[in-house]
Amino acid sequence: MNGVHDMGGMDGFGKVEPEPNEPMFHQEWESRVLAMVRAMGAAGAFNIDASRFYRETLPPQVYLSSSYYKKWLLGLEALLLDKGFISKDDVAAGHSVAPAKSLKHGKFSIADVERIMVRGKFGRAAPAPAKFKAGDRVRAKNIHPATHTRLPRYVRGHVGVVERDHGCHVFPDTAANDAGEHPQWLYTVVFDGRELWGPDSDPTIKVSIDAFEPYLEAI
Amino acid sequence: MSEHDHHHHDHDHSELSETELRVRALESILTEKGYVEAAALDAIVQAYETKIGPHNGARVVAKAWTDPAFKKALLEDASKAVGTLGHVSRVGDHLVAIENTPGRHNMVVCTLCSCYPWEMLGLPPVWYKASPYRSRAVKDPRGVLADFGVSLPKETEIRVWDSTAETRFLVLPMRPAGTEGWSEEQLADLVTRDSMIGTGFPKTPGAPS
Repeated sequence: MNGVHDMGGMDGFGKVEPEPNEPMFHQEWESRVLAMVRAMGAAGAFNIDASRFYRETLPPQVYLSSSYYKKWLLGLEALLLDKGFISKDDVAAGHSVAPAKSLKHGKFSIADVERIMVRGKFGRAAPAPAKFKAGDRVRAKNIHPATHTRLPRYVRGHVGVVERDHGCHVFPDTAANDAGEHPQWLYTVVFDGRELWGPDSDPTIKVSIDAFEPYLEAI
Repeated sequence: MSEHDHHHHDHDHSELSETELRVRALESILTEKGYVEAAALDAIVQAYETKIGPHNGARVVAKAWTDPAFKKALLEDASKAVGTLGHVSRVGDHLVAIENTPGRHNMVVCTLCSCYPWEMLGLPPVWYKASPYRSRAVKDPRGVLADFGVSLPKETEIRVWDSTAETRFLVLPMRPAGTEGWSEEQLADLVTRDSMIGTGFPKTPGAPS
């Protein structure tokens, strides 16, 4: 979706402000939100793509004005409500008043913590040969999916060069909507700064994205 | 309210913000429904606070600076190479190490959300997840570097890696001059988090930290 989360190339957000000696969490509740998102995802309530999509679908003004973990909280609540793991009555009561729904991987317990400290596996067997190889010139398609996609707007319609082949991975565009993993070839595609930002752009810039094969067309 | 809540939240705060109340309520709902063990949430937080962090990435970088065979393996398949270092945090698939050279400087961003090599660098800092960095890094990386007080020769190529999939990128910065003969441990102390994101350099030997 063409949401405000797709920020590459936008102007007006001001300077980057690093915080010296930044704490891992600025408030304790942030750590609880992180833990709940990780636990419910690992228990099988949702996958990483769905959790991203629910944050992206927050209203733009909410997305832009909420802190990072506030977005995670709002996205998590919306996702769990939509998928029926919690109800509006539960939220209104601040306690569980509705029956629980079964989780794909069961209750998240302390024994599960170790395994979530390593990122999940997203590589999959290839359903078909790769269409592209390193060195190929490709165009990022001019597409505007209304739902989740990992093709940022700033590259759409632009020509780049395939630099690396990462094998086949879960396709976020379908996985986010419970429409299956549909593994796709994934490539690092490099664009010249002037191709993306025009002839007045800094000529020393190159920008790459990792693009799933359906995002690309041969030229 | 459960024992757990008492233990964790009832400190000196007499008033809770709307957000804190909302987080507590959600945690109550999830634990009461039997979805998650409250103690498991504590353990997750503790694991993030103690097990991951830039010290993991720093050891990988220091090893690459001192061991050419490891460096080669790292650049070929970083997940595999890091997996051979038993003392470093376990690492997921598709970690990619990218090498800075005199002619090319690498910088990592996630314009769409906040993708970051947690296992190597810990949780990302706020600036990495915030709009100014995400919006400008791909269009004006030199301007962003200036915000960090970093400047590069004007002919240096700047390569920005937008983390748009489940690949994760670790910048391998250039080894600082004047460190000949240094041990891995000594070198690791020079490796900063920002130098592995590409928004900074390693510390200079002898300079105040």
